[in-house]
Amino acid sequence: MLTCWASRHPCVPWAALRSRSTASLPDVPSQQPPAVSFAPLQTFSEEEGMMREAVQKYARDCIAPYVSKMDEESAMDPAVIKSLFDQGLMGIEIDPEYGGTGSTFFSSILVIEELAKVDASVAVLCDIQNTLINTLLSNLGTPQQKEQYLSRLSTDTVGSFCLSEAEAGSDAFALKTRAEKHKDYYVINGSKMWISNAEHAGVFLVMANVDPAAGYRGITCFMVDRDTEGMAIGKKENKLGLRASSTCPLNFDNVKVPEKNILGQVGHGYKYAIGMLNEGRIGIAAQMLGVAQGCFDHTIPYTQQRIQFGQRIFDFQGLQHQISHVATQIEAARLLTYNAARLKEAGRPFIKEACMAKYFTSEVATLTTSKCIEWMGGVGFTKDYPIEKYYRDCKIGTIYEGTTNIQLSTMAKYIDKEYDH
Amino acid sequence: MSGRVLVGVKRVIDYAVKIRVKPDHSGVVTEGVKHSMNPFCEIAVEEAVKMKEKKLIKEVVAVSCGPQQVQETIRTALAMGADRGIHVEVSAKEYESLGPLQVSKILAALAKKEEAQLIILGKQAIDGDCNQTGQMTAALLDWPQGTFASEVTLEAGHVKVVREIDGGLETIKINTPAVLTADLRLNTPRYATLPNIMKAKKKKIANVKPADLGVELASKLQVLRVDEPPQREAGVKVESVDDLVGKLKEAGRI
Repeated sequence: MLTCWASRHPCVPWAALRSRSTASLPDVPSQQPPAVSFAPLQTFSEEEGMMREAVQKYARDCIAPYVSKMDEESAMDPAVIKSLFDQGLMGIEIDPEYGGTGSTFFSSILVIEELAKVDASVAVLCDIQNTLINTLLSNLGTPQQKEQYLSRLSTDTVGSFCLSEAEAGSDAFALKTRAEKHKDYYVINGSKMWISNAEHAGVFLVMANVDPAAGYRGITCFMVDRDTEGMAIGKKENKLGLRASSTCPLNFDNVKVPEKNILGQVGHGYKYAIGMLNEGRIGIAAQMLGVAQGCFDHTIPYTQQRIQFGQRIFDFQGLQHQISHVATQIEAARLLTYNAARLKEAGRPFIKEACMAKYFTSEVATLTTSKCIEWMGGVGFTKDYPIEKYYRDCKIGTIYEGTTNIQLSTMAKYIDKEYDH
Repeated sequence: MSGRVLVGVKRVIDYAVKIRVKPDHSGVVTEGVKHSMNPFCEIAVEEAVKMKEKKLIKEVVAVSCGPQQVQETIRTALAMGADRGIHVEVSAKEYESLGPLQVSKILAALAKKEEAQLIILGKQAIDGDCNQTGQMTAALLDWPQGTFASEVTLEAGHVKVVREIDGGLETIKINTPAVLTADLRLNTPRYATLPNIMKAKKKKIANVKPADLGVELASKLQVLRVDEPPQREAGVKVESVDDLVGKLKEAGRI
């Protein structure tokens, strides 16, 4: 339907009006791109498009059947973890030289979103591996360290990022885990809490302080292999959501770590942590986006089928308005997330936008999942339908990898600087 | 033997999509609708790639006929392990009337040009459901055919094919070169892994025109009208066999 707005505006060509939902690839003949093109944010390279399709299919066939069971038992199925490696999803940005896929950050974001549409726990496993562990190794690793760890990380070893402690959450740099230097090794003592992937991880990136007197400038990143003597992985938490993702406390009792296992420089760990978390939060935004979209995708067909008072419940204006409002929020969340990712890839400042993406998408996921349960009515409240799981899974979005309040405070710092003349 | 296998792949509307008939009844709605590789073609690609992995053949060439968009489908075949692709360019208009006979002529010409040892196709496409292309291609080439294959064993100079037929399973031995069509249980197609998608970018897709192969695209068939199947009516429960017979007589069925 061609719509010509007021006579001042030229009629927009048909192709520009055609809806471009991310759910389907439009069947349009390819047109020559204009010389200077500003593509819509939802434009993907051919390889990004193919990856998204491949992961969609894989997630639907290989992960979806296990989701309910993994949630009930609060355990990730090892077969699922193996298939993530086999599909090349655990080394998306790692160089093929180390067995990785050699693709881009944006591809990781698309993969995390597609996985989260099916299971947020699987998505977070993939997110931590790609955006935190692999990135840290790739950026900071010496050739020997990369040789030793990158090919394992892309083929069969899960990694864990250990920063938080019982007394150090948002105030991460108040961490108390100590690393004492001896000759050519360090001895680590302390405990970590809320460590994701711990149950399955083969390597742990542990933030410990080598010089408490120097405050946060003593924080150093150590790579610790799983079976190192003195390291104990505690019982996993019994959580509201993301239950299939193991979240465990770790205890370090005189754990000896060779000096060569320090990632980057001594005392620079705080910088690396902040840097990585800035990128990681775009990954979490993608996860929350997937949770919102996946939940929404399950719900709308139901509203189209459910008949009450002789019509589809979708046809009630009240419901239509709510649904459209939520759809708008999801679209906005998507654009924030994709733009933050593209900004990072372009080497432009992206931290404020990354905070916005994470903050906004986690709020949108909360709104969406809550509304979806309502639209589904009674069945939305039962475990027979997948909706309630999305509702439980979304809650952690406003909490981990930087609480909403921390995101807002960080944004404020940037805004302050912007207006500071 | 050349050790080269030609695999035909067709771009069709995704199996999960709800099909809608165009308001003018000239066909089904394809604009803005999700398309994927025909599921039986995926099985065909998988079989060819497995043969290559077992070192029974040397090269897998994926072929598709159609407008620009079919390149996506060829790329998917490349990501699954095919070595190179051939895009037979058919304009969107001509594509509307492209049927099994023209495609068979194209495949036959390509098979001769590429000196193929085997052609593997899906048994049918889920849009046309014709189940003719494999058989016609074999006839045009005067090659043996192993259709509805649920198991294929390639040996020197011939192929053993277990076929799914109405009465059960039939095992035949045919000489190569031959045409095989894949049935559902032949294998489980692999997912294109992300590293393979990246590798597929570097693989070549050659462009060919039907005229270059000496093939005329004009169709002798014309689609007059496309309609949805009639809506299923509610049934009626009867109490006895006499009632049933009575009702059937009333409806003029007996």
